Amino acid sequence: MLFVNSIKHLHNSLWIEWRIAIRFLADNPLQTLLISVAISVGAAVIVFITALIMGLQSNIIDKTLGTQAHIRIEATQQHNNFSEFPDGKYVWAMESPRAQRLQSINNWQEVRDALDQNSVFNTVSPLISGPAFATKGTARASVALMGIDPKRYIGIINLKDYLTDGRFSIEASDILIGYQLAEDLGLQTGDKLRIDAGDNLQSVMNVAGIFELGVRELDSRYVYTSLKQAQTLLNLPGGITILEIKIDDVFSADYWAQRTQKLTGLYVQSWMESNGQLLNALSSQSMTTQMIRIFVAMSVIFGIASVLAVSVVQRTREIGILRAMGSSQQQILRVFLLQGGLLGLAGSLLGVFIGFTLIEIFNAIDAKLFVIRLESSTMLSAIFIATLAGVLAAMVPARRAAKYDPAVAIRYV
Amino acid sequence: MSKSQILTHAKGQQVVLQLDKINKIFNEGTPLANHVLHDVSLQVSRGELVALVGTSGSGKSTLLNSMGLLDVYSSGELRIQGHLTQGMSEQQRTQLRSESIGFVFQFHHLISAFSAIDNVLMPLMLRFGKPNKEQTEYAKYLLNEVGLAEYADKPTNRLSGGQQQRVAIARALVTRPALVLADEPTGNLDTQTADEVFDLFERFNVEHKCAIVIVTHDPRLSARCPRTIRLTDGRIVYDGASADLPNEFTKTV
Ligand SMILES: Nc1ncnc2c1ncn2[C@@H]1O[C@H](COP(=O)(O)OP(=O)(O)O)[C@@H](O)[C@H]1O
Ligand SMILES: [Mg+2]
Repeated sequence: MLFVNSIKHLHNSLWIEWRIAIRFLADNPLQTLLISVAISVGAAVIVFITALIMGLQSNIIDKTLGTQAHIRIEATQQHNNFSEFPDGKYVWAMESPRAQRLQSINNWQEVRDALDQNSVFNTVSPLISGPAFATKGTARASVALMGIDPKRYIGIINLKDYLTDGRFSIEASDILIGYQLAEDLGLQTGDKLRIDAGDNLQSVMNVAGIFELGVRELDSRYVYTSLKQAQTLLNLPGGITILEIKIDDVFSADYWAQRTQKLTGLYVQSWMESNGQLLNALSSQSMTTQMIRIFVAMSVIFGIASVLAVSVVQRTREIGILRAMGSSQQQILRVFLLQGGLLGLAGSLLGVFIGFTLIEIFNAIDAKLFVIRLESSTMLSAIFIATLAGVLAAMVPARRAAKYDPAVAIRYV
Repeated sequence: MSKSQILTHAKGQQVVLQLDKINKIFNEGTPLANHVLHDVSLQVSRGELVALVGTSGSGKSTLLNSMGLLDVYSSGELRIQGHLTQGMSEQQRTQLRSESIGFVFQFHHLISAFSAIDNVLMPLMLRFGKPNKEQTEYAKYLLNEVGLAEYADKPTNRLSGGQQQRVAIARALVTRPALVLADEPTGNLDTQTADEVFDLFERFNVEHKCAIVIVTHDPRLSARCPRTIRLTDGRIVYDGASADLPNEFTKTV
């Protein structure tokens, strides 16, 4: 009962503070409007920059990961074995690293099936990849022969989306080649192409489709064929060299790579390791925008604080009257904190709207640029933070108002 | 009220306000120290109408602010409705002020962002939050009593000086205080308006039995109060029936 009463009391006592705060703001419309616009410009800049950078970064990551697996599992590299060193003796050894021949992942089907059980891994796709020469007439090009399981591989790179000519088929002797390779060797769909993997292993293939992944290295070297064909050509019957994985949360790749490494004992690498430079660039970009956001937020906070400081002085006499009418110091404090919060709220609502409009304009200007999406969580957090910042900004002026000596304030003209 | 002892006047009336050797020194302990009130002792009983007179700078406002707990006095004892106010926290002072005392100031001090009725209701809203029907009705009744029923919802800056002062009187009475303190409430008004405003004080004093201490420079008005207290340089030099005020004082108000 006491609790209910005190809640009721709090609500009731806040009622008048709300009213006074709103009336004070409404009583000085020009000042309120100006500061709200200033806050909204700050909020709009923050919202726009945040969305822009987030859009840009996710665009870069999407592009990078569009033609890459998130996690790659390879057979453990071959290394030299040393006989055990005798105790208490130093051994000088001269080691020359061993040449790495193509090596299959042991029991890869079992590994694949085990990984399939984990729902985090959207796609687990086997790949056998090795070097070969492609020849047409007298023209020769060195290529990477990619033997894939097509049903699974489209979960890694959806080749159908990248086809510029022909159809998606690696049945029998059908292969898919990059457009750059097609240009280099003067190939069209339907043409024959000899693939020579050395050791007298060669085969004449049929170019079923031509793709453009947008990465020169891949477009000039990749030759997709079936697992079986590649296994035969690369002399690795039944084997694969790589298991590729895609996951939902791309930034958890490192974590899952480590777990997989522990689980399988194989050599596992995430895209984050192999794209360290890119991630570095992205994170320093994030830091720069964070700085911009902080400085804009600070100028907004000081803006609110200075306007309220002026308002407190303007209202000195009224504060004195309110005190004489029986208001407590806390009530005066809350009236001004509420004003700060209301200014932050109004300004950020307007600002989010402006930011939203800016983003729409940006998206409309050139569709070829990447599209910025404004997440509702960005908008909500902008509004929440701005409102909180308003209350914080009001702290100093509000305390000053609460501490006014009523006898002195009453006389103020 | 039950806990604290309620003093009664010789005639058996309740004492609303009791001052015992109140001193007020501004900027105490600094080279700018200014001793404004000297050992001021007085009592005001329920329903009294008291004029507080004295030359400008004699300390009338300072005394009124101390009595109304707007300001802290430096030494002495002050009781309001029996409550000893020494050592009270700011919060307790605020509560006692809002329960027992109504203020009227010279420059009608309304809050211009609010309508007349909201100004009248302000002391209640600050204390209880959203006003209930009874409180609103009472505020309307008071506005009607001061002749401003039709101005209830008007912004106060559209009202004349006399009208604003009448709103301020209604506001001072809305909490049904035991004591109303008025600091030159008619000082800013022409003679006729001043008389009308003073009529209101007289009427409420009789009808509501609240004690009123009114600071005024106008000898005609102080003569209408049964009792006059005169301050000179922060000391009470006369406290008695207005009719018996020595002539030397009446000239120099
Ligand atoms: N806040 C203050 N600080 C210092 N001196 C003050 C202050 N308020 C009033 N005084 C001084 O106290 C004396 C009495 O002032 P006041 O009570 O306003 O007189 P009255 O109301 O009778 O004209 C004056 O000398 C005035 O200068
Ligand atoms: Mg004065």
